[in-house]
Amino acid sequence: MLGLNSKDTSLLLVVAALTMLAPFILNPFPEGSELAQFNAGYPDLMQRFVIFGIFAIGFNILFGLTGYLSFGHAAFLGVGSYGAIWMMKLVTLNVIPAIIMAVIFAGLFAVVVGYISLRRSGIYFSILTLAFAQMSYALAYSVLTPITGGETGLQLKSTDNPIFNNLAEGEIGRASLFGMDMRTSFELEAGAWLFTFNVGYYIAAVFMLLAFYMSIRIFRSPFGMMLRAVKSNQNRLSYTGLNAKPYTLAAFVISGMYAGLAGGLLVAMDTQVGPERMFWTASGEVVLMTILGGAGTLIGPVLGAGMIKYMENIISKINDNILHQWFAWMPDGLEDFTVFLIHPFIGKGWHLTLGIVFMLVVIFLPGGLVEGGQRIGRMLKGRKKTSGGDGDPEHHPKPAPHVAE
Amino acid sequence: MGILEVKGVGKRFGGLQALGDVNLSVQENTVHAIIGPNGAGKSTLLNCLIGKLIPDTGSVMFDGQSVLGRKPHEINQMGISRVFQTPEIFGDLTVFENVMIPCFAKRDGAFRLHAFESVPKEKDLVQQAEEMLTEMNMIDKRHMHAAALSRGDKRRLEMAMCLVQQPKLLLLDEPTAGMARADTNNTIDLLKEIKEKRDITMAIIEHDMHVVFSLAERITVLAQGTPLVEDTPDNIKGHPKVQEAYLGQAH
Repeated sequence: MLGLNSKDTSLLLVVAALTMLAPFILNPFPEGSELAQFNAGYPDLMQRFVIFGIFAIGFNILFGLTGYLSFGHAAFLGVGSYGAIWMMKLVTLNVIPAIIMAVIFAGLFAVVVGYISLRRSGIYFSILTLAFAQMSYALAYSVLTPITGGETGLQLKSTDNPIFNNLAEGEIGRASLFGMDMRTSFELEAGAWLFTFNVGYYIAAVFMLLAFYMSIRIFRSPFGMMLRAVKSNQNRLSYTGLNAKPYTLAAFVISGMYAGLAGGLLVAMDTQVGPERMFWTASGEVVLMTILGGAGTLIGPVLGAGMIKYMENIISKINDNILHQWFAWMPDGLEDFTVFLIHPFIGKGWHLTLGIVFMLVVIFLPGGLVEGGQRIGRMLKGRKKTSGGDGDPEHHPKPAPHVAE
Repeated sequence: MGILEVKGVGKRFGGLQALGDVNLSVQENTVHAIIGPNGAGKSTLLNCLIGKLIPDTGSVMFDGQSVLGRKPHEINQMGISRVFQTPEIFGDLTVFENVMIPCFAKRDGAFRLHAFESVPKEKDLVQQAEEMLTEMNMIDKRHMHAAALSRGDKRRLEMAMCLVQQPKLLLLDEPTAGMARADTNNTIDLLKEIKEKRDITMAIIEHDMHVVFSLAERITVLAQGTPLVEDTPDNIKGHPKVQEAYLGQAH
């Protein structure tokens, strides 16, 4: 289907089903129960899941396939965001032109940054991209204040009057898709559960599925094969008659455009942008997402993005009071002690938890969460199979962890 | 007029004259070996042939065009494929993909953005690659990761990758260097097998004389940056100058 083999088609369908049913899946706990704070099925967070999923999918096309580690991808996200907000301020509040503009802006910027950065490889490439991103951040923060709004960033204001919208005097525009407000939500109450279906989320989800589909096509294409060859052996590649530079540049620009798409969607959801979106920690975050989920795998980056955004939003919400409630059944002294022990890992300490999870994954599951899933799958399969080997003990081609399965 | 014409090539590194005045002509459909003791300038000459070094004097013409100053991928696109001392393959890719990549390179040139095409749908190229793997007795390993192959199979795979492009010249850089005797013999057998099956022009740079005697049709002996003699293997064997180069001055 759609030019994919049956395995990829089923993967795409599973992902599509999960994203479409996310408002249910992410809200497993009844409203008002103690566990309700672990529910992630509210629009703002769900939007972040899919948007940062797009960002990581794009990053993975560069890093997962070619092995070039860009440390400045947030710059493209930021440039896309600024492009999108100006489109909304000046032209139309419809999100589609804004998103298209974001992709174009980020793509053009990626051509420039990629052309220069790809003169070097390895750590020097990473440093060059980092330098570009930090320069972009610094420009957006101070020098380019008239365009970027400086420290405060840009928002839709009552003074904005996009030419294709007839806003009343003093009315603040709202992002929409052909009249559908991004912030519109439908709520469904089922017993104790409350499910929220948000227009913005579904638009972002459709973009994510498109982005995911395109990434599968790229992974399976001759182009994707060349990119893996770049990672594997550049010397052989050039003596095979292929020029690595345009291949890596194309991968860089494509992943920059994915980042731009994510930036445009962020603006479409909350109609604001600030320079911190380009800060180097934001670039580092997408690296973490990709490695955590499994670099070079199809679904890994999306999982990684989901995991990090979940921890950022959910674990950071937990505070000592909640912990005391949980451990109220313990004797007083022990309760205080347990809370004291867990305290550094919650609330503002969520980074600590993330760091530990990241370390565990890198050490024990170098292939990321996807490898974890594969191991569990193999264990289940192995248990089903009765004893007796594969017949040929000599040939156990070891699966390269970065090749998409 | 040979397919590869080296005329008056000289290269100096500081005070060292690495190559003096090298003249060499590789004829089509012959196996031409360039041998010489350590420090004879073999690697320098090779690097001049593949564009890695630009000689101070002289010219290197391949198929009527100069190769000097060209990038490796351009030289490959001209029709020169290269086999390395240690097999250079795409270890993370499958055997089949390793052979598909040169097929794409041959058909599409140095770059093409075929991001929304599908590899299995390229029926002609798939057939080419499969025929090549069959010829090399590797078709049953097509789904293996190349890194998991044995050393001998890696060499066969590298050969397959070069031959599938139907190069006008196959350049071999010390294909048996650092190999055990058995591996050396296997490589020689493989090269003989290839030579028997198809018309091919090969240039072999080699340190070990014995490797090339059974294989080459022409041999050039290089010593101290200049060609001593160029002749058939039989004549080279007993040539006093060659004995001297390998045994006399070098020690």
